[in-house]
Amino acid sequence: MSLLEFTNLSVEFETLNGGFRAVDNVSLTVDPGEVVAIVGESGSGKSVSMLAVMGLLPWTAKVTADRLTFQGRDMLSMRPKEKRKIIGKDISMIFQEPTTSLNPCFTVGYQIIETLKKHTDLSRAERKNRAIELLRLVGIPAPERRVTAFPHQLSGGMNQRVMIAMAIACDPKLLIADEPTTALDVTIQAQILELLIKIKEENDMGLVLITHDMGVVAETADRVIVQYAGQQVEQQDVKGLFRDPHHPYTAALLAALPERATGDQLPSIPGVVPGQFDRPAGCLFSPRCSFVFDRCHKEQPTQAGKELGCALCHTPLVAGKPQNEAA
Amino acid sequence: MVETDMNSQAKADRKAGETVLVADDIKRHYEIPQGAFGKPRILKAVDGASFTLQRGQTLAVVGESGCGKSTLARVVTMIEPASGGSLRIGKTDVVNASRSQLAALRSKVQIVFQNPYGSLNPRQKIGAALEEPLLVNTNLSKKQREAKARAMMAEVGLRPEHYDRYPHMFSGGQRQRIAIARALMLDPSILVLDEPTSALDVSIQAQVLNLLRDIQKRYNLAYLFISHDLSVVRYIADEVMVMYLGHPVEQGSRDAIFASPQHPYTKALLSATPVADPEGKRERIVLTGELPSPIAPPPGCTFHPRCPMAADICKRLVPPVQRVCGTTSWCHRPWEAETESAA
Repeated sequence: MSLLEFTNLSVEFETLNGGFRAVDNVSLTVDPGEVVAIVGESGSGKSVSMLAVMGLLPWTAKVTADRLTFQGRDMLSMRPKEKRKIIGKDISMIFQEPTTSLNPCFTVGYQIIETLKKHTDLSRAERKNRAIELLRLVGIPAPERRVTAFPHQLSGGMNQRVMIAMAIACDPKLLIADEPTTALDVTIQAQILELLIKIKEENDMGLVLITHDMGVVAETADRVIVQYAGQQVEQQDVKGLFRDPHHPYTAALLAALPERATGDQLPSIPGVVPGQFDRPAGCLFSPRCSFVFDRCHKEQPTQAGKELGCALCHTPLVAGKPQNEAA
Repeated sequence: MVETDMNSQAKADRKAGETVLVADDIKRHYEIPQGAFGKPRILKAVDGASFTLQRGQTLAVVGESGCGKSTLARVVTMIEPASGGSLRIGKTDVVNASRSQLAALRSKVQIVFQNPYGSLNPRQKIGAALEEPLLVNTNLSKKQREAKARAMMAEVGLRPEHYDRYPHMFSGGQRQRIAIARALMLDPSILVLDEPTSALDVSIQAQVLNLLRDIQKRYNLAYLFISHDLSVVRYIADEVMVMYLGHPVEQGSRDAIFASPQHPYTKALLSATPVADPEGKRERIVLTGELPSPIAPPPGCTFHPRCPMAADICKRLVPPVQRVCGTTSWCHRPWEAETESAA
């Protein structure tokens, strides 16, 4: 049985200028022990879709889904009280910027213990020991001392480890990591990723990795979902995606990596991700796509089959060439 | 018309490869007061960096946060004075320069900051932001300033209607274009780029990197490119300097550094950078621990507590300069010598 499963999840924000669809019919399944990466530029709705699963969006957000289950239990019809027993315990999340996500008024030990207090029936002393043990587990030196430190006394890498310690405090079955290494140096990034993979393997945990770094994806993920402007544009296992991307956006994103550059000029994607007011009709990627033709401007594309990476495109690419052009 | 003549004259004066900056053993130390009776402690943010910048060439400075790369940028842009060593920009010695000489030099070295959301004044229209350097440093008339600003906007790929807009109306990539345009307004010979693309998405990063390359060619600029992203450095740099705790640990041409890094830290940095190829197998050197405090750096080689190959000598002696395989490194046991003695 898959751990987390949702189909056709949409999130709409009520704004002064009408509704804005930040996430549009996204589906995902995560199995135990699997690493699924969600990639996309900022504004592609990758964080919002996961926050919706966690129930952390403000009241202005309208979340709809055909189906949303965790370990077979329906989370849509679940009462908030029951949901709170799962969130933070079985599903937990590492947030993007550790320095702004941790409360500056409390010690890091207090913030870890808070989770344990809510979800476990450990005694006060046991909780403190567990907090120290968690800090040691994530590789913080002298954890007995650090447990009474405030976030500002620790470096960015340390704070991120504290976030991870908080997230894994109750042995979650599913961990959602939202850009866990974006603010960190490469050497620390390597340590954190290694740590996440180790925890995943030890606990047979499902891991959803939200990132925009293709290098991180290539090194850690099993399966990749590419999101663009709130839509899932491609879904493949990691090797297939890097070998033969089927959606023009994925192909362009990979080509734009400096390490893949061959010529003098980097092949960049012109323009920016469309916002609320400049959504094109038809395919959302059409204004930036290099394979665009008439139909793309008029009709919304449908999802291609699994063999084409579920590409949301009229002419999915195979080996860099668009298919069924005539159609 | 006079304007364009002057421009073409200025451009003709610039020869590619001409040395525009020589830094020799630059130091920047800060005093940390330790109360009324304590002796102040010295924080060595940059402790002896030597390099040269040539027109049309890019020197990349690489390292973790806290290694002194941004302090180096502040010294080169004369935001802060060096506390030791010598710095020569063009033909002027910066350390002994008079106020008026410094004022003239400052327009020759311009900087683009990391975060385009913080480096533009939210209450200033783009036109005004671009004209401000001219208002302060030149006596051009309002009309001339506007003409120059508009011409520069076209150069960096901004549309004319952007002249009257505010920064919040732009995306990150466009803001970085504005910041680049502003840096170019005074016709500098050196551009210091402090992590110019680290706040941007991949597709936008590619646009900005392309723009930087074009501009370098067009104006024959010398770049000091500060970054922690080695894949970007590999793409844009000609020379690379790797820094650790205020001191360069390895210096050399890009090809030499990437092909045969000698210092264990360079090796570790290279191996820690994720590569977008899931099928490539590589050995990863994971460094333990974090950067030590620069107030109390470890004795001997500052890298030894994290170095996977540290020997006894590294804890005692400051490593000597080694020149192996086209790179200059500061290490007791550079990689090449090590493998030779093993064979």
